[in-house]
Amino acid sequence: MNGPVFSRRTLLQLAVAGAVTLSLPLGAAHVEAQEAGKTVTIAYNVNLPSFDPTVGASAVNPTIQTIYQAIFDPYIRQAPDLSFEPGLLTKWEYNDDKTKVMLTVRDDAVWHNGDKVTPEDVVWSLERAGNPESGNPIQFVWSKIGNFSIDGNVITADVKEYQPDLFKWMAFLTGYVMPKNYYEEVGAEGFEAKPVGSGPYMVDTFERNAFLRLKANPDYWGGKPAFETVIFKFVPDSTSRVAEIESGAADVTLEIPYEEFDRLKDKPGIVGETIPISDIAMIFINDVGVMKDENVRRAAAMSINKKAIVDRLLRGYGVPIDTLQTPEYDAYDPSITVGYDPDGAKALLEKSGYSTDNPVKFTIQTTRGFKPKDYEMVQAIVGMWRKVGIEATIEVYEIAKHYELRARDELAEAAFYNWGNAIGDPATSTGHAMFGPSPHSVWDGQEVFDAIAPLWAEKDEAKRIEGWKKVDKLIADTGAVIPLLQFVQPIVHIDSVAVVPQANGMLLPQKMTPEG
Amino acid sequence: MGRTALLRRLLLVPPTLVGVAIVVFVLLRVVPGDPIAMMIPPGASTEDIDRLRAAYGLDQSIAVQMLAWFRDLATGHLGTSISLRQNVGSLILGRLPATLELVALATLIAIVLGTALALIGAFYRRRAGEWAVDGIIGIVVAIPDFLWGLIFILVFGVLYPVLPISGRLDPRLPVEFTTQFYLVEALVTGQLSVARVLLSHMLMPALALALPLSAIIARVLKASLAVAESADYAQMAKARGFSRRAVLLNEALPNAAIPTVTLTGVQFTFLVGGTVLIERIFSYEGIGNMAVDAVINRDLPLIQGIVLTFAVLFIAINLLIDILVTFLNPRLRRG
Repeated sequence: MNGPVFSRRTLLQLAVAGAVTLSLPLGAAHVEAQEAGKTVTIAYNVNLPSFDPTVGASAVNPTIQTIYQAIFDPYIRQAPDLSFEPGLLTKWEYNDDKTKVMLTVRDDAVWHNGDKVTPEDVVWSLERAGNPESGNPIQFVWSKIGNFSIDGNVITADVKEYQPDLFKWMAFLTGYVMPKNYYEEVGAEGFEAKPVGSGPYMVDTFERNAFLRLKANPDYWGGKPAFETVIFKFVPDSTSRVAEIESGAADVTLEIPYEEFDRLKDKPGIVGETIPISDIAMIFINDVGVMKDENVRRAAAMSINKKAIVDRLLRGYGVPIDTLQTPEYDAYDPSITVGYDPDGAKALLEKSGYSTDNPVKFTIQTTRGFKPKDYEMVQAIVGMWRKVGIEATIEVYEIAKHYELRARDELAEAAFYNWGNAIGDPATSTGHAMFGPSPHSVWDGQEVFDAIAPLWAEKDEAKRIEGWKKVDKLIADTGAVIPLLQFVQPIVHIDSVAVVPQANGMLLPQKMTPEG
Repeated sequence: MGRTALLRRLLLVPPTLVGVAIVVFVLLRVVPGDPIAMMIPPGASTEDIDRLRAAYGLDQSIAVQMLAWFRDLATGHLGTSISLRQNVGSLILGRLPATLELVALATLIAIVLGTALALIGAFYRRRAGEWAVDGIIGIVVAIPDFLWGLIFILVFGVLYPVLPISGRLDPRLPVEFTTQFYLVEALVTGQLSVARVLLSHMLMPALALALPLSAIIARVLKASLAVAESADYAQMAKARGFSRRAVLLNEALPNAAIPTVTLTGVQFTFLVGGTVLIERIFSYEGIGNMAVDAVINRDLPLIQGIVLTFAVLFIAINLLIDILVTFLNPRLRRG
């Protein structure tokens, strides 16, 4: 018989070797906690799929814009309150008859490779974005201007079709200036491998699905940012993000459950901040079946106690709304209200022959877990509806199916959704959500169509905003959609880092500073 | 497994993969969730949507799309990711090593833990030691891997923060690798400090993956050890005066290992599947984490590529296990 496969001595030796390996000091590679004030680590909720901020699906993902805005400069920047301020453009305007745009490019900006940012870069970026072959998902916005000419730092372009919110888009999705010469030299793949922007931070290291390390741009036109190094750790799971903050592995995080937010903000050394952002919860009404009946639609809207939903389900973190505009938006009109009136809802349903004994029946679709408490909110709403004579069946689907059904105008009679409008223009909220021909709308009513149609090209801004307010009033009065609430973004961070929350939901590292 | 049987198995691989590819391709296009609908911003017209759909080749019929994909596959091109706009093959090759390292470590942990538990249980048969082992096995197997992951994060990440919670590497570590097999490379090049950092990141996800498997190994091996210990050769060794421990380790264990190896092989493939959740929870940059993103973004080419990769892995592992079992069991070699 042979000896034992592993002698006790061998096993002991193996165990000791393993323990020694695990307990070895890191030596040169070991990095202790970074010096305070030099590095900020953000546990971020989405991965970065691609560096080019102007093409592909990631270019229109609002959450990823935080990272893009750290590396690239938008044409125009957006202040925390959604107002607009100079970016790479210091001045932007239409001429009086809105047939030309004039853009002034700042002369003190440089690319991360040291080249100067030029008006040619801006023109190239706009032409590329407007080219249908470029893969820019909102090419239809950028293609509204063309025939560019450059005079010094001023670019002039012809307006092919008037787009009232053109300049607002310059601060948001795909509205970034790209380096013409560098991109043409390295191509798309070379750019992905080594991206160059003109923003406050430069790409240092990128581990896909893991982290992105950025270094401060010492030559940034807006001044070198306060933190030398920024680390975005991609942590899509909210439980793990909470653990990252609690364990001290991250300094800042966002989008965590409100229960966890309330718990964490009371812990020593951790600060919690909230800001109402430009995302809203709403219920699409598809004007089919029983939803053709205005009494049913209005009763559905009037029987929802939005404040109770905010208080009980969202722990107070939400703002009830009655139109698709939030208070920060250009066309917000506080005089338009729907109100919580279950008795009024019952009376309306009675006019159409419905009661609690003979309820009107329809389906409401919702996601589950896509947004905080989405399914729970719909459950609560269905409970409120039941009390007035509405029996709704809940159908849970994935967000991808929602998009598909909405584009085909095949949503159920009611569908819960969250709508984002970071640029704050009514065309992007009420407009696209309610204009029948839009692939985003399931409302086909002629009256709303007639009210919206002339506003797309209205050149008088005051008249345009007033027009949208009238549309919002019409929608509220006829129950064509049910706006529910404005979401509040929870941010937690350690007390030695100061954070500036933004109403557009971005968590910009360039606005973070050491504190204390 | 004889040479003929092995050849037969190898010949079955291409049709199996073609079958998997067809099923996945068709299923992905039949189930709801349009990748283009996911990326259209407010303001896009029907024409804009059609243009995007055509740009990604999704305006063609399923048959035409499938033919184009198979044509690409024949040239070794797995397609281009919709969400990442990169070659699917390169993306998978870039992430697969991370998953393989994690799964290998988890398997190693599971084998060591499972074998130790089985030996202890067998040694203390019908005594308190065996009951304790059975109790541990029962608890470990009852808790799924993702729950173990969350428990570890809470205990070793938050309450006693001794291990990193997320990622594969410390973002502050200024180190560069020439391959994607970071751990192997660090060990081979003697960078023990870097290996330690990598292991510290892998320990919690690997343990979470390993625990349920270790319990299954322990249960099967313990039963096999009981059978082997009662066999003639083991009884003979006892009669010749060898200690119980020596009989267990030298006589019973090698014979009892064969069914356990087969089981471990089968479970290894499940372990690879289990990385999807575990890598997500620990933000570990492997193929499982990428698979979740691909599904969320309805990135059809990437999902297809990942599923095909999993299929190749499963087939290869099962084949290897069959060969290994044949090697371990002389009776099968002659069969």
